[in-house]
Amino acid sequence: MSRWMPHPLMSLTLALVWLLLANDFGLGQLLLGLLFGLLIPHFTSAFWPEHPRLRRPLLLTRYLLSLAKDIITANLQVARLVLGPRDRLRPAFIQYELELTDEFAITVLASTVSLTPGTVSADLSIDRRTLLIHSLDVSDRDALCHQIRTRYEAPLKEIFR
Amino acid sequence: MILQTSIVIAFAMMSLAMLLNLWRLVRGPDTPDRILALDTLFINTIALLVLGGIHFDSNVYFEAALVLAMMGFIGTAAFCKYLLRGDIIE
Amino acid sequence: MLIEILVSLFLLIGAGFALIGSIGLVRLPDFFTRLHGPTKATTLGIGGMLIASMIYFSVQTGQLSLHELLVALFLFMTAPVSAHLLAKAALHLKVRSIRPYPVESENREGR
Repeated sequence: MSRWMPHPLMSLTLALVWLLLANDFGLGQLLLGLLFGLLIPHFTSAFWPEHPRLRRPLLLTRYLLSLAKDIITANLQVARLVLGPRDRLRPAFIQYELELTDEFAITVLASTVSLTPGTVSADLSIDRRTLLIHSLDVSDRDALCHQIRTRYEAPLKEIFR
Repeated sequence: MILQTSIVIAFAMMSLAMLLNLWRLVRGPDTPDRILALDTLFINTIALLVLGGIHFDSNVYFEAALVLAMMGFIGTAAFCKYLLRGDIIE
Repeated sequence: MLIEILVSLFLLIGAGFALIGSIGLVRLPDFFTRLHGPTKATTLGIGGMLIASMIYFSVQTGQLSLHELLVALFLFMTAPVSAHLLAKAALHLKVRSIRPYPVESENREGR
């Protein structure tokens, strides 16, 4: 298993990407996609030393769904701020103390922060403990940190434990 | 009929958006602003290609959109790396 | 007819968000606020357009057309990364900001 399929998730993703790229969901393309899914991780596994530990795939799906909903509300909010009066903006930098330690999980959290309401992750400190976030409209720093912690960081901690 | 009208409207909106991007690209004032404008211009071009695909009822624009998405990201990443390190490939 | 309305709706929503993102790029006061417009609104704008294209070609050709998903997924994965890189570059260059910079800049990575 581990020798022939070093990255089962990546194999599946590659097969899926091939099907989408071919835009043809017939049996032939499926087989070809699975072949690529087997061969490419096999020959490139030396470049992927670390395996992201995905513990709860179902939880990840739920996380992605709630993220999709948040992205839409984020956009409505940003649209309102962009079109509204300029002096109503209260931008600020925020230092966010990370509880996550896994690098991949931090990457996912930073990307999530960038895609959701009025916040962009700007920098990660060298010791990987604080994430610098720029927010478009801050009324309460603690509330924003609390929201990120409960809404995104807590589920991610469960998923990549 | 409805579709044709809304395609024309969408074309007009995208053109306006790209003109605004161009203004920011020329105006600056800083290099990151220009890179951001260029990145947005890339993304809007992808939207324009998708729109063109529907307008001309053709699937060939899809590959162009995909390549453009990749080139845009790589370009932005390379520009930022250059600003941060003064070099791209070390 | 219904499909036509649906496709038109998604096209206009997409174009609307793309336009709003670009307006934000011109209108907002400093680089860090401008960063918010394109990374969010424009990406969602593309999402709307790609959904429209998916519906249109699926109905037009009579078979499922999902390859637009690839572009959408790719953009949703790369948009935060490029925003992060741009913010990092701007912090490094000390671009003009309407809010004070965060302190302890020695702790920042130079990469």
